[in-house]
Amino acid sequence: MNRHVKINSARTLTQSHFRTLRLGTPFQPRIDALALKQDWYNWAGYRAPHSLWDEELEYFAIRSQAALFDISPMTKYRIEGADAEAYLDRVTLRDVTRLKPGRVHYTAWCDDEGFVLDDGTLFRLSPTRFRLCSQERHLPWLLDSAIGYDVSVEEETEAVAGLALQGPTSFAILRDAGFAGVERLKVLDLAEFTHDGATVTISRTGFTGDLGYELFVPADKALSLWDRLMAAGELRGIRAIGYTALNRARLEAGLIVANADFTTSEHAIRTDRLRMPDEIGLGFMIDPDKGHFNGRRAILEARARKKLRHVLVGLEIEGNIPAEHAIVYYRKSQEVGLVSAAMWSPMAKRNIALASLRRPYGETIVDDLWVEVYAMRELQYHKLMKKAKVVPRPFIKLDRRTANPPADF
Amino acid sequence: MTSSDLNWDAIVIGGGHNGLVAAATLSKSGRKVLLLEAGNEVGGAARTEEFAPGFRVSAVAHLLNRLHPDVVKTLELERHGLTIERGDFVPSVALSKTGPLTLHGAYGEVLTGASPSEQSAWKELRAQLLRYAGVLKPFLSRRPPDLGNMSLAEMTGLGQTALALKRLGKEDMRDFLRVLLMSVYDLLDEQLSDDRLKGLLAFDATLGSHLGPRSPTSLLGLYYRLAGEIGGLAGAQVQPKGGMGAVVAAIRAAAEKAGVSIRHASPVAKVIVEKGRAVGVVTQGGATLRARTVVSAVNPATTILDLVGPREVDTGFVRKVKNIRMKGDAAKLHLALDLPPQFSGIDAAGHKGRLVVAPSPDHVERAFNPSKYGAFSPEPVMEITLPSIADPSLAPSGACVLSAVVQYAPYALKEGWAAGKPQFLKAIMAQLEAHAPGIGASVRHAELLTPADIEARYRMPGGHWHHGELQADQMLMSRPVSGWSGYDTPLEGLFLAGAGSHPGGGVSGAPGLNAARRVIAAGR
Repeated sequence: MNRHVKINSARTLTQSHFRTLRLGTPFQPRIDALALKQDWYNWAGYRAPHSLWDEELEYFAIRSQAALFDISPMTKYRIEGADAEAYLDRVTLRDVTRLKPGRVHYTAWCDDEGFVLDDGTLFRLSPTRFRLCSQERHLPWLLDSAIGYDVSVEEETEAVAGLALQGPTSFAILRDAGFAGVERLKVLDLAEFTHDGATVTISRTGFTGDLGYELFVPADKALSLWDRLMAAGELRGIRAIGYTALNRARLEAGLIVANADFTTSEHAIRTDRLRMPDEIGLGFMIDPDKGHFNGRRAILEARARKKLRHVLVGLEIEGNIPAEHAIVYYRKSQEVGLVSAAMWSPMAKRNIALASLRRPYGETIVDDLWVEVYAMRELQYHKLMKKAKVVPRPFIKLDRRTANPPADF
Repeated sequence: MTSSDLNWDAIVIGGGHNGLVAAATLSKSGRKVLLLEAGNEVGGAARTEEFAPGFRVSAVAHLLNRLHPDVVKTLELERHGLTIERGDFVPSVALSKTGPLTLHGAYGEVLTGASPSEQSAWKELRAQLLRYAGVLKPFLSRRPPDLGNMSLAEMTGLGQTALALKRLGKEDMRDFLRVLLMSVYDLLDEQLSDDRLKGLLAFDATLGSHLGPRSPTSLLGLYYRLAGEIGGLAGAQVQPKGGMGAVVAAIRAAAEKAGVSIRHASPVAKVIVEKGRAVGVVTQGGATLRARTVVSAVNPATTILDLVGPREVDTGFVRKVKNIRMKGDAAKLHLALDLPPQFSGIDAAGHKGRLVVAPSPDHVERAFNPSKYGAFSPEPVMEITLPSIADPSLAPSGACVLSAVVQYAPYALKEGWAAGKPQFLKAIMAQLEAHAPGIGASVRHAELLTPADIEARYRMPGGHWHHGELQADQMLMSRPVSGWSGYDTPLEGLFLAGAGSHPGGGVSGAPGLNAARRVIAAGR
């Protein structure tokens, strides 16, 4: 072998990322085996499936059976220390002092100007230990925010594998899998269970508006957990699913996705794309009476001076053609906003959408709104102006999501 | 009723000269003002202190060259004992093996010791420097322009600057913009040839900053120096009778006359914040004092990170405050001498002046080089004054005080100042001995304040007398941090009034005055 080749191969060995374009998650062997469509996308650097075998059936697995969705690529931070509560209360919008150990809440966080950096879920694992899950990575921000607090912040995205088990039979599957006591979990509760000599944290949470759970486990126990759930769920219709199906379910539930329904402030290049919580439907998180939190001054000033320029609304659109990324008009002529997500909802039997509108449209002026949709009819677009009505979110409300004890389907 | 029961209109933290000016100005506007000073006397780094039995010296700042005329006028300092006359101006003398060169009057109205051609080149350059510094001068007494949110008055002010620029004429305006961010070294090379003169100017441009003459933007330091004036003349300098403490005494008298309550030995532990609003302070002694407005004339980082605490402000703001560069490079030497030293080739008038050891711009640059890597200058540059010659009260009869600002002495010295200080003192004394033979033998006591000492003694983080590097990126609307340069802070009711705010350090009183004006304009 000549020397040149030898050097090259040695270099190649140290550059494995050339061969694996995207990282696999701890569940990848199981997901790869099921990925008939090989339809991947990049989720925070990981290879994640849009769809595994059939978008439509994967969606209905969520609503009629149980769907298993790999959430390992979600960014996870372990936040621990005597000041963890005070720290998170300053970093995030909602009042963390009211989040009890064993509970989860949905929250968001802002920069100094009050623009949303991201949204995510905060798990209180103990009085002094939390897990913050988010779409984007924030370690520098979280570390700089820790100045002056007795707290440690560590990213644990790789170390911790996550699964969402969502759908009407999800509870029965967990029970049958032997997680005794899981029936006691109410919505937004969490508890720890043993699995394969390790601990799995199960919370009654999810992104579907359905009965469902999320499970976090050390990465090396990921496959055995997957197998345990698949075995227990075989007769209850458990199916692995991809993001497209989940995205439909979340839209029906009226939930927003960072960098899909709004642009996070570290990503926005254009200044008018920045959003305050009040502009993306997260104003309910603001508590002016809690302690100081990042963005407080700017947010309260924007409220006082009426500087809020946008509003995120749910729309119901006539007809059945999804209005994805359609322009929203006032009186069919004046552009007032954009649809960020839209679908025909099989559960609501309505044509639904999320849209960002420029105030006062969507705020005080809610009549005479229209969306422009294009229907492809035998290789020709039909431009349709469809009436849009501002409606409350969520678009569907399933009793089984919150029922106690959870129903045994 | 004790004063702690009172509700103050304003509490001023820190009795340095800026704190005193702010307190006095606020008090004159009819506010009830309490000033809290951590030490046993006010004045901060502008005190006159005894450093050896019978020897007194201006603590850090030893030359008065930029006390702002608005401060003198607003506080009527002349009525409170401050007198400055043209006769008080002292020359700057560039010491050199080849014989001295002297700038007389207000920064070299007359130059002696140089060739005729150099004299005419200097005349031209001096006029140009003062013209350009004059464009920047109006900024000193104003809030930095708030580009996003300017009031009509601010807009007018900026317009006046634009007009001043235009009034320079086309050629000059272009040249002003060309040289603005240049290194002082390159500009001097363009116009002068005498190394002694160039060395002196290079020293002045970089004094008090972490820059060498070849560093881009170092010319700004010279503009800052020349934008200052005393006795109505830009660039002039005096050694105040009684030391800098006498200037502080006048400001203090004005403050007391205006009704300011001054409390000594009352270091503040904490600024009380309620719902994003500063409402008072807690002293280290445990007293809670409430006020409508809190004005901090101490270091901006100390104020935000220690007194307010990072928890009460946003992460981005904490980041900015933590990133303020403030590691000082200047040391202060005080010598108690048995008899006045004799600097070679210098006449009696020269000994009353400012003696500068900076023989060439290259020498200054070489002195700067090691400081980048945590080492002090083996051949330091310095400005020396002998205050007791003009004011014998500062030293025992027949003896003499030497006060020198010495560069470069990096705050974070690699080997630590405990180990490095004796070596640095030796290096300084070698320089002094070279210019004033025999001086070493007459030293009765030597006190060398490194940046670490200045930090500890005068509560100046990094031992930096500007409370933050005074460089282009930390000036004007970026001082102390971008977005918060107008003396207010993200906390309602908390204002910054120290040298860490625009325009910067030196005994000018301008930050204190501007901050007080801001508080008054904000209706607080």
